[in-house]
Amino acid sequence: MSLTTDLSQTAAGPATAKGARKHSRDSRTASQVPRRRSRQRRERLFQWLFLVPAVVYMALFFGYPVVKNVVMSFQDYTTSTFFTGEAPWVGLANYVTVLSSSLFSTSLLNTALFTLGSILGQFVIGLALAIFFQRKFPLNGILRSLLLLPWLLPLIVSSAVWRWILDKDSGALNRFLGDLGIIDTGIPWLTSTSLALIAVVGVNIWIGIPFNLTILYGGLQEIPDELYEAGSLDGATGWRAFRHITWPMLRPVVSVVLVLGVVYTLKVLDIILGLTNGGPANSTQTIATQSYALSFHEFKFGEGAALGNVLVIISLVFAVFYLRASRRAVDE
Amino acid sequence: MTTQLKAPVRRNTAAVPNRKNWGYTALAIFFLAVMLFPVYWMVNASLQPNGTTLETSWLPLKPDFTGYATAINEQGGNLVTSLIISLGSVALSLAIAAPAAYALAYFKVRGAGVVLFAILISQMIPGIVVANALYTAYNDLGLLNSVPGLILADSAHGIPFAILIIRAFMNGMPASVIEAARVDGAGHVRAFWSIVLPLSRNSLITAGLFTFLFAWSDFLFALTLTTTEAVRPVTLGIFQYIGAYVNDWSSVMATAVLASIPAIVLLVAAQKYIAAGTTGGAVK
Repeated sequence: MSLTTDLSQTAAGPATAKGARKHSRDSRTASQVPRRRSRQRRERLFQWLFLVPAVVYMALFFGYPVVKNVVMSFQDYTTSTFFTGEAPWVGLANYVTVLSSSLFSTSLLNTALFTLGSILGQFVIGLALAIFFQRKFPLNGILRSLLLLPWLLPLIVSSAVWRWILDKDSGALNRFLGDLGIIDTGIPWLTSTSLALIAVVGVNIWIGIPFNLTILYGGLQEIPDELYEAGSLDGATGWRAFRHITWPMLRPVVSVVLVLGVVYTLKVLDIILGLTNGGPANSTQTIATQSYALSFHEFKFGEGAALGNVLVIISLVFAVFYLRASRRAVDE
Repeated sequence: MTTQLKAPVRRNTAAVPNRKNWGYTALAIFFLAVMLFPVYWMVNASLQPNGTTLETSWLPLKPDFTGYATAINEQGGNLVTSLIISLGSVALSLAIAAPAAYALAYFKVRGAGVVLFAILISQMIPGIVVANALYTAYNDLGLLNSVPGLILADSAHGIPFAILIIRAFMNGMPASVIEAARVDGAGHVRAFWSIVLPLSRNSLITAGLFTFLFAWSDFLFALTLTTTEAVRPVTLGIFQYIGAYVNDWSSVMATAVLASIPAIVLLVAAQKYIAAGTTGGAVK
């Protein structure tokens, strides 16, 4: 109620408001100023109420887990904790165990290869397709949006389908290669320690292409045609136009796509669990899947938390890049 | 965000199709065929008769629906569970995100920057970290294996995303419309409910559709926060299908097709909302 009077005052016109203020400077009563101030405070409180549910939710489902994970990583938190309620403080023991285990270097390397390979493949193919779809041809819009499908499918569905396609004995890929006479016997895409990681990266590239394509295509459309027209007068066409016009103009979008891609890929779990479950012989185990296995297969929640925190730190390094890149994008 | 997205679309459809450009169309169809082969293979395999896993034919010339019968029989309940959880997640996400987006876009509240920063940072937090901590908390609260528990957890992806999408839209809404309502005597809540929300309908639909898809596709929380068969989303059902040695791919693929329906509906029926959703969460 007080809010409406507040508004009608300003609506009454700047002249009267100014006059009233000037007047009140000399003869304001003791009660008037606090009343206005409390009115403002109440207005601000009301505005905050719109934000409160979101703040509470974010605190409970992001803030709390992060804090809880840090605490757990210093505790011996196991299944027995659920019965006894005791999780003894163990200092850095979990970190020492996790980081010195021979599996850590494997999963760190796998995480790096998985992320790097996925990002590189998704980005290069996505950019190539985005440039291709810049051409004007019939059905362009429909075909481009149909390409989004791999990105919209639930990840576990994609994993299931690819697991079937990559099957050694009856998978479609081996049958196709066999029919072409390229191979004689089936290639164990997902069951060979040397091929599984490559196969998993390949599937993740497939999933990420539509996202890269869409964002990069949007970025390309932002580049004014006049630049290319001016460039072609100076002899900049084809590859030279790309190097001197497209790439520099696209850089802000590129940095956002790459950093987002890295942050999302670091935490991928569904695809790897669905395709190989981290195997064979840990050849596709990443930090994320290893953290999952520690917590939910071995029930060493403290160690799982410690490894999860390592992943958070790696992500945060990239998050800094992301925030700088996105701030630049927002500023423009 | 919206203006940025509309411009390219219009520019493209305005192009007059040139006859020789059909060559590019053919090339694009080729790319599409390669990219969508796995989707085709899923549908094809789902229509093959059971027991012929070794020689799945390239075309479903004699479509057989036994796979679907098995899928609905074994996974029907899980599909319903997924549907309930996803709809609940949409309701919760929009109820929390829409007012927050309004506050961030329209009121210049102190601390708004902090909230936006927290939203951006939240996207960096690996789901496994959230799941690890939630498991122990859910265990204490008795929320494991429960629909409300999964709705709350699945909204962790939807709420930050929805806030960004809706806020980006509301940023472009003329303040005068809201001020006019306020001058006419409407309170904050009424102005929000009867002016702001109806005007933001498109962004609410976009956010809602994607929130649905996020919850529907969730696998991690289903995997970690459910331990019995009481509450089992279909993603977990598929995982258990492929976890064991599979000898009935037509049923697995039929389940996969059924689980893909929301994505396909989104792609076909809600075309114009997708572009907004794809870029909205990422760039701004």
